[in-house]
Amino acid sequence: MSDLLQVERLAKRYGGIVATDGLSLGVADGELHAVIGPNGAGKTTLIAQLSGQTRPDSGRIVFAGSDITALPMHRRSHLGLARSFQITSLFLDLSVLDNVALAVQAHAGHSFRFWRDARKEPELREPARAALERLGLAGRAEQPASALSHGEHRQLELAMALAVKPRMLLLDEPMAGLGPEESAAMVALLRGLKREVTILLVEHDMEAVFALADRVTVLVYGRVIASGSPAAIRANEEVRQAYLGEAEATHG
Amino acid sequence: MSRELTLRNAVVALMFAGLVLLPIYAHFANDRFLLALFTRIVILAMAAVSLNLVLGYGGMMSFGHAVYLGIGGYAVGILAFEGVNSGFVQWPVAIAASALFALVIGALSLRTRGVYFIMITLAFAQMAYYVVAGLARYGGDDGLTIQKRSQFVAPLNLSDKVQFYYLCLALLFGSLYLVWRLVNSRFGLAVQGARSNDMRMRAIGFPTFRYKLICFVIAGTLCGLAGALLANHSDFISPATMYWTRSGDLIIMVVLGGMGSVVGPVFGAMALLVLEEALSGITEYWQIILGPLLLLVVLFAHGGIDGLLKLASGKVRP
Repeated sequence: MSDLLQVERLAKRYGGIVATDGLSLGVADGELHAVIGPNGAGKTTLIAQLSGQTRPDSGRIVFAGSDITALPMHRRSHLGLARSFQITSLFLDLSVLDNVALAVQAHAGHSFRFWRDARKEPELREPARAALERLGLAGRAEQPASALSHGEHRQLELAMALAVKPRMLLLDEPMAGLGPEESAAMVALLRGLKREVTILLVEHDMEAVFALADRVTVLVYGRVIASGSPAAIRANEEVRQAYLGEAEATHG
Repeated sequence: MSRELTLRNAVVALMFAGLVLLPIYAHFANDRFLLALFTRIVILAMAAVSLNLVLGYGGMMSFGHAVYLGIGGYAVGILAFEGVNSGFVQWPVAIAASALFALVIGALSLRTRGVYFIMITLAFAQMAYYVVAGLARYGGDDGLTIQKRSQFVAPLNLSDKVQFYYLCLALLFGSLYLVWRLVNSRFGLAVQGARSNDMRMRAIGFPTFRYKLICFVIAGTLCGLAGALLANHSDFISPATMYWTRSGDLIIMVVLGGMGSVVGPVFGAMALLVLEEALSGITEYWQIILGPLLLLVVLFAHGGIDGLLKLASGKVRP
């Protein structure tokens, strides 16, 4: 099995706190790989290191055969590694379509083009409209992003990540804050994306994870304690103790 | 700048028409002071328009923008003092010097954010202020009188007040058109994206630093040209032109007129300078009236004058 993303002995500490502790992980081309773990397990820190927002102290990240450990964020994006944010991170004062068109523009050569009206360039607008169409936001294209609901913000996040046809999506809790119906819609959407794009999904919603994932990796205190098929993870005693028992208990 | 007829667009058109016709009125009313006032308004409006590119569209809170007025002005003043009167030399030097200065300040200050960015831009501008104040050969603190305005080819004569006004107005219109094209281009959207959410811009693949830097340089260059005009207008240049309170005035013009609106700063410059003129006739402490007015705009009208006009036109967003 060829791994699109390989993480080798990644380590990151903040003062005395070890956020990532010799973490190794492989994500195969085309799979949907979920990372779960209790709060403070270092999931978001992991995403931050993969996307280039945070530099690891040691270890290596290899994406599509090249070492990207020291690459800045925007260069990783150009290699086909796209990211959505846990806390919705949009251009709230721009229109919905502008948000997605900017994502397209980022991958359409440099932006030192000073004269032509970018809002009239079909090369930017059409892929953006197509991505909105796919996420069911086409009707809201001209509205400011700030006018959308929380659920729609998450969809817009995804539209921006998808518009550039990435090889791999890093999704940081796409279900966070969604109601049951919106969650179900998001699961359906991610299921539709599977196979088309490799996905690393960090998620709290266990139902969603087990419904979607090909493989699940469990983090506790920045370390991988188990990795395997959803069925194997469900059956894993250590995982139950560290995490699932607690989660199931709180979900009641 | 949409083309449909709204109250706001009508006001903008009226203002432009008023600016174009002003010398005719001044001529028949024999009001030389009015022409001088509006020449100054047009020049400072151009400076405010350039600041708006950085402040309104780029979200970069530059607190040293008047430094380019000084650099442009001193380029003209020093060259004139040394006997180089040709505008074909003076103006390109003013523009190049401003661009270079902006490139250096920008490259250093854009690595910081928020308060640090404000402080660094302010510090550089103040440094430049003290440097020119120390140039004893060029008048130091007292400034430098410009004996002869920039010389261009025959029919164009900057000493002719009407001609000079129209030259300034043409350059203001040119700047507005330039900014309008810029902010709607790919470059402009990249800069506005960085204002809105810099981190997200980098995450989707924009090296935001270089776009912001070029934006900073374009704005500085444009303001340097306004500085060359201002020095010609007052036949004088002094360090006070680039003092930090002058940078504050430019910020007030942009905020008052409407940040992130192409023509907003023109409203702002006109409102501030006309108010200053009118109120200072009433009282020496005219800023006591201006202060609360500005406070009202900041508290209740985020889009400034242009925002209010758009609101009155029933269009909240352009």
